[in-house]
Amino acid sequence: MGFFNELVGKVNGSAKIKCKKCSYEDSAYNLIKNYYICPSCGHYYRLSGRDRIALIADKKTFKEQDSKLVSKDFLEFPGYQDKLEKAKSTTKENDAVVCGTMKIDGRECAVFVMDSRFMMASMGSVVGEKITRLFEYATANMLPVIGFTASGGARMQEGVISLMQMAKVSGAVKNHSNAGLLYITVLTDPTTGGVTASFAMQGDIILAEPKALVGFAGRRVVEQTTKSQLPDNFQSAEFLMEHGFVDALVPRPEMRDTLSRLLKIHEGRA
Amino acid sequence: MDAYEKLKTARKNGRPTGEAYVTELFTDTLELHGDRRFADDLAIMAGVGFLGKYPVTYIAMEKGTDLQSRMVRNFGCPKPEGYRKALRLMKQAEKFHRPVICFVDTLGAYPGADAEERGQGQAIAESIMEMMGLHTPVISVVIGEGGSGGALALASANKVYILEHAVYSVISPEGCASILWKEATQENVAKATECLHITAEDMKALGVAEAVIEEDFDNFSEMCRGIKQRLIKSLDKLTALSDEELLAQRYQRFRSFGNFDQTNK
Repeated sequence: MGFFNELVGKVNGSAKIKCKKCSYEDSAYNLIKNYYICPSCGHYYRLSGRDRIALIADKKTFKEQDSKLVSKDFLEFPGYQDKLEKAKSTTKENDAVVCGTMKIDGRECAVFVMDSRFMMASMGSVVGEKITRLFEYATANMLPVIGFTASGGARMQEGVISLMQMAKVSGAVKNHSNAGLLYITVLTDPTTGGVTASFAMQGDIILAEPKALVGFAGRRVVEQTTKSQLPDNFQSAEFLMEHGFVDALVPRPEMRDTLSRLLKIHEGRA
Repeated sequence: MDAYEKLKTARKNGRPTGEAYVTELFTDTLELHGDRRFADDLAIMAGVGFLGKYPVTYIAMEKGTDLQSRMVRNFGCPKPEGYRKALRLMKQAEKFHRPVICFVDTLGAYPGADAEERGQGQAIAESIMEMMGLHTPVISVVIGEGGSGGALALASANKVYILEHAVYSVISPEGCASILWKEATQENVAKATECLHITAEDMKALGVAEAVIEEDFDNFSEMCRGIKQRLIKSLDKLTALSDEELLAQRYQRFRSFGNFDQTNK
């Protein structure tokens, strides 16, 4: 529970927060104690990149990298600049991914966390560049990488250049893998589109949070294509598990220990 | 022609599809089937043959040319087994040090429930990652539609060429219009097509394609002779590179994509 003070320090602990799934109200204090999981219905609240890191990292070990890269409306796409400004002011972040290094039980690793509050963590040049740089850094410094994915997919406001980020990051993941280094992905709600079709599915070990939505095509498109009712659990982490695409479902309170164990098992190989 | 007209041209019936290029460009071919895991996806046709003096592996998306063949080819929308067949044959090409030539023409990877169940995202992710590390030259030609991740899965190549009226996009203009402006009316789709920058000239300008290939479908054989010369010339250069140089060239090609700023905040 080392994270508790850090998270509570950022909010008004007695403020009431309502669950989006079941409308159950609880104090921020209680929610944080419960890892931002609704005590009533078990719904996992979506987390900011920094809160996620606070839940996982040894205290004061996170060192951020490339925090100052910002997106550019280079295609002059209608509405993009406004959306960027709005996302920056609501999240106080420069873009949709936080990258850096941290320690878990004293073991160093590189980490990236995507933040769905920032334009649904869509991947444009900045997201692609930051994650690529992180893999290059991890390869040069023989570090494992842990990546928490969440994304609506490629950022269409950057056109085909956002698509190219998929290959760019994949190349860096491949080099990291060829160096014999460990890459763990943690699929969180929601991981879709071009991120699913690239680095989310490239981990040596793929973990997922329970009930996270994970898929390639959007549910509505699939429904239209298939012209039939889809099962309720379609594209859930459980559905992926059943079909063999996830190594383990890890409840949020067990995530840190699980990652710690995996780092320990791969120690020495970095 | 504006961007929207180009989109319509890229999708037009009667435009030569993958198989036509395979027939014109390669000799002594044998089509190879199946992903060895689940099925044979006919949206992708692949095999071995010669491109001039070079033994090559070809991988072509095939949309079909009439209603019946379009049904058989699933309108050129590959399923995971299609990408897994392609990857199997790319790894085979790597083993025998023969170059890979891909032809891209798809609205996108098939978005059906069965494709999701069998890991459409994982299949594309693996294809891209393995292509980025493939120890043999890869050239891709976008001959019609380059639809999103489903296209990139066969275009993570050393060189990418695109036909004059072909398009390449992160999302279909219809998809873009319905997400951003609620309805995919013709007007919205035309606007999305413009905004997304999907034409062949856009690809050249953005560096996504090395060159634009002029179309002359009335003289298709002659046009293909030109493509063949171009591919052979590219292979002459790529096969002269060391393994290390070849991989570095491909990595740098994609590494350079991205347009962003630095802030002091």
